[in-house]
Formats: sequence, C-alpha cells, structure tokens
Amino acid sequence: MGSITLKKVSKSFGDVEVIPPLDLEINDGEFVVFVGPSGCGKSTLLRLIAGLEDLTSGAIEIDGSDATDATPAKRGLAMVFQSYALYPHMSVRKNINFPLKMAGMDPAEANKRIDAAAKVLNLTDYLDRRPGQLSGGQRQRVAIGRAIVREPSAFLFDEPLSNLDAALRVNMRLEICDLHKTLATTMIYVTHDQVEAMTMADKIVVLHDGYIEQVGSPLELYESPVNKFVAGFIGSPKMNFVSGASAKKRDADSIGIRPEHLTVSADAGEWEGIVGVSEHLGSDTFLHVKLSDGSMINVRASGELKAAYGQKIFLSPQEDKVHRFDAQGLTI
Amino acid sequence: MATQQSRSAARLMMAPAVILLLGWMLVPLTMTLWFSFRKYLPLRGGDLGWAGFDNYTRFIGSSAFWPSVQATLVIVGGVLIITIVLGIILALLLDQPMWGQGIVRILVIAPFFVMPTVSALVWKNMFMDPVNGLFAYVWKFFGATPVEWLSQASMQSIVMIVSWQWLPFATLILLTAVQSLDSEQLEAAEMDGASFMSRFWYLILPHLARAITIVVLIQTIFLLSIFAEIFVTTGGAFGTKTLSYLIFQRVLESQNVGLGSAGGVYAIILANIVAIFLMRIVGKNLDA
Ligand SMILES: Nc1ncnc2c1ncn2[C@@H]1O[C@H](COP(=O)(O)OP(=O)(O)O)[C@@H](O)[C@H]1O
Ligand SMILES: [Mg+2]
Repeated sequence: MGSITLKKVSKSFGDVEVIPPLDLEINDGEFVVFVGPSGCGKSTLLRLIAGLEDLTSGAIEIDGSDATDATPAKRGLAMVFQSYALYPHMSVRKNINFPLKMAGMDPAEANKRIDAAAKVLNLTDYLDRRPGQLSGGQRQRVAIGRAIVREPSAFLFDEPLSNLDAALRVNMRLEICDLHKTLATTMIYVTHDQVEAMTMADKIVVLHDGYIEQVGSPLELYESPVNKFVAGFIGSPKMNFVSGASAKKRDADSIGIRPEHLTVSADAGEWEGIVGVSEHLGSDTFLHVKLSDGSMINVRASGELKAAYGQKIFLSPQEDKVHRFDAQGLTI
Repeated sequence: MATQQSRSAARLMMAPAVILLLGWMLVPLTMTLWFSFRKYLPLRGGDLGWAGFDNYTRFIGSSAFWPSVQATLVIVGGVLIITIVLGIILALLLDQPMWGQGIVRILVIAPFFVMPTVSALVWKNMFMDPVNGLFAYVWKFFGATPVEWLSQASMQSIVMIVSWQWLPFATLILLTAVQSLDSEQLEAAEMDGASFMSRFWYLILPHLARAITIVVLIQTIFLLSIFAEIFVTTGGAFGTKTLSYLIFQRVLESQNVGLGSAGGVYAIILANIVAIFLMRIVGKNLDA
C-alpha cells in the first residue's frame, strides 16, 4: 500500500512561488526519482509529500484518502535525510528503536524488528555504538534502518548519497535498489544526479524551476525527450545541440544528437572539426571536437579511437537518432 | 610546539602571566590564612598575637553559622532551578520566528546589564514595598492585604531578585544551544511520530545538557558570593544571612578580622565541596 496522488499542489514561500500547481501520480511499489538541477524545488516537493511543509493550495492523497492536513507522523511515510539526521546521543539500537518506541510498540517485537533490519543492513556489530563513531556509509544505513523498521507505506529519500564518496555511492545505490526489490514498497528518491536517476528509477520526474518537464521511464526520457531541457539533462555526456544549416535542412530550429550517436570519419562527413582534448577510458573514448563555426561537439566512440590533438576529423549524425526542436525548444 | 627550543621559549613567554595570576591568588589566600590564626581586633588593640584554632571554633560554634550555610545553599539552589527552568522555556520561545525578534532578544538580555545594587533597590522600593510597591497595588486591587515581602517572605524575595538578574545569562547560553540543534533531527523525530514533549525530552534536553552544565557551574561560582542584594534589601535579617554576609558582619560590624578570616576559610571549603559535588553530577557532560 503506497500510492500517492498530488492534485494541483503548489507551494509559495512569501511571494516566491517555488512549486507552481502540479499534478503527479505515484503508483504502489514504484521507484520514483525526482531529478533536476539544484534549487528547482525537489526537496520542497518531497517535504510537501512528507508533511513537513504546508501546501499553499491543492491536495495530497495517500492510498486514496485525503492527507492534505495530516501530520507527518499520521501519513505513514518514512524519510531519509541528506544529513542522515541521526540522534547523536543515542546508540544505533536506540536510534532505530525511536519510531517504534514513539508508536508504543512492545519491546520484544521492536527488538525483533531491529535485529532483522540490522542484519539486512550489516549493522549487527554496531548496534551499541553512537552515530559519531560510525563512517558515512554506516550512518546512512542506520538512517535507512530507522526508516524500514516502521514498515511505512512509502520511503522518501532526499539526496541520501550526496555526502558519500564515489565508490561508496555506487555500492549504496545498489543496496537501495536491492532493498526496493525485497520490500516492494513505494520509494520516492530525490537527486540532482541524472546517473542516479537513470540507474535506479522505474519512473523519473524531471523538474525545472518547480515545473514538471516530463515524467517517464529512464529509456523513454533518453529516447524521446519532450523538450530541449530534458534532452540536455538526461544522458551523459550531454546531448550536443546544433542550429543553423544542418537544422534548417531537417526542418527544425535546432537539432540534438547524443555523443554516442555520431559517426567519426577521417575523410568525409556532415561536419568538419578539429579534435581538442580526448579522454581514453579503454571501454570508450570521449572526443571534444571544435567545429569550423566555433561550437563544441562531444563524441563518444566505443572502444579505443586514436585521435591526435589538432587532428582534422569529420562527424555525421546517425539520422534516426537525431532529435529536432522548434523555436520554443519543444520536440517536433 | 614541537622542538625543545620552542617549548622553553613558550614557557618563558607564559611565565609573567602565570606568576602574576599565582600572586593574585596566593597573596590574599595567605593573608586570610594568616589572619585566621591571629587575634586581630583593629579598633580594640589591633593585632593581639596568636589565637590558634580559637577563631575557627568560635566561628563554627556561633549560632549564626549553620543557618548561614543553609541560607547560602537555598539561595544558590533556588536561583539555579528557577533560571534554568525559565531559561529553557524562554530560549525555546525566543527561537521561534516572530515579529521584532531582535528587539525582544535585547530586552530579555537587559536585566543582566543592571548593577546588582541598583536592581535590588528597584525591586525593594518599586515592587516589594508594602505601601507604595507595585505588588502592593495589585494585592490591594484584588482586595488582599499587601505582603510585606522582605520580612514575611524574605528568602523567596531574594531568590526572586537574584533569579531576575541571572535569567538573561541562562537564557542567552541556552538560546545559542537551542539554535545549534539541527532542524532536520527535529523533523526526523516529527516523522517518527514524536510529540512535542517527546521531542523535548529525547532530543532538545540531551542537546542542551552541556549548556545547562555551563550555566550551573558559572552561576554557582557567582551565586555563592552574592552580597549587594542582601545588603540592600534585608541587611541579613529574617534568615537571609548567607555565609559571605556573615563574614562581612564579623569583619566590619564586629571589627574582628581574625574571626572573619576563619569564616573566609570555611567559605573556601564550602565552595570546594559544592564544586566537587557539581563536577560529579554534571561534569561528565563536559567530556563528551
Ligand atoms: N523555507 C524556505 N523559505 C524560503 N525559500 C525557500 C525555503 N526552502 C526552499 N526555498 C527556496 O525554494 C527553492 C527550491 O528549493 P529546494 O526545494 O531546496 O531545491 P532543491 O532541493 O531542488 O535543490 C530554492 O530557490 C530555495 O531558495
Ligand atoms: Mg534539496
């Protein structure tokens, strides 16, 4: 049980409208990721769902019943904060126990749940430590543990991995996905990192200045972005945008082509350019190519590609992968 | 300060300060100890030679001694409880966003800048005077007989005056502590289903423990030696004679320096007992 419906939800701080009215449907058991640049209102939207901020207008339904004015505790949601928000003077066990104690759960049952959660999250050896004596990854796990023992109808994560180093981040990403598969509970996950969004989500919600730009599965967003913003935001390295003659030829104001959809040739092609920096990763080669009109194009070639600095090369887009945009930036 | 040379240089540079502070402390302490063993009556013959432990037995044997220790402890304890309880409440209220926050905060701090003598006089004459005092008007307004505060409820009155003076200090320290509490922790607790009282008990109070410790230690040091408030209001009558006030009376009113000095040594011992006691119960909060 964990379907959430937002109906014409909006939020203003004073005169500043951070979230213009928006509608969103989150189905039971889905892994939904809110992604967008910093300051676009992701945290605010999550906090509205959690009940930590009051709506300016609109309504929120959880499991079909109106929860607009319900207190955070009554909504049956659990949140994992970016700063972990662990209680510093309590042991790990007491931290995880806290929501159960507040709910007045029988200590024997509570201990059973804590031990089960600790086992899943590899925290069994640390139950008697204080949060201050744990590493970042372990603190993150305690925060997740505190969320899962409550058996909430949905989990809310606000950039939970941004304080971890890169290697740990990849690990935790997998662990959270694993957790979602085992619990099959709705999860709403906020991040500014589109790689996290692409790898974890069932459904991605792309936000920009409080507006929902597009909702869809990772592949839908990758293959058919509705506008230039989504096209540029999703995918790494970023999509290349070209305007001018090549766009005119294709009846568009501008066209977009992803770095992996360019064909490189030494002697013929649509665009001519000079190779700048090239990055050799072994599995892929990234080329930064400067076209004759001065614009930069990123190219991603699989495998190793020999290209010297300053060398002249030709690029052609794969015709079926070209995205066309009109003057408003909408996909044609 | 890694090398031998820098260490000895540091010692040399610190020496003047250390010597000055030691002298500052040691000279009066030695003089007190010295006089406490002499029979010294400035207006009745001056220094009349050794007295052995006479001064000590006389001071502790006087009927005023134990009541004065009790009065000291009651004032210190009473003021500590009132300032900390009200200080926490005020700190939590002042932390809420409100209109005119800056001015309200300055007003709350203001009593701390009033000299003890002045505030005691204001309380005595403006509030507690049984004829013209503000409290008397309130009592009369409701048809009650005005309370003669300083004689009928002398101890409560002094605790009230001193608490009023020290409340700003406690509030200020506790307010900074309240402000340093991570708001995400409170929100997490809210989502965990904690009521305001649970949040206060399990999160805010433990977070304030260190600040409370500091308030208790600093206030105790100053409260053990309050003088002006008693001098101005009751003059030590009606059971408000503290240890420091008793010493003052022995030295200046009875002109017996030897006896007063012995009292001073007892005061030092009392202060140390209180300090050790406090360190035991609250000192561990400072380690963490
Ligand atoms: N309590 C607040 N008061 C005023 N403005 C706020 C408040 N919280 C957030 N904002 C503003 O709302 C916008 C969105 O913030 P936020 O939701 O935190 O963005 P994100 O999480 O996407 O980085 C920002 O411009 C921020 O300045
Ligand atoms: Mg945010």
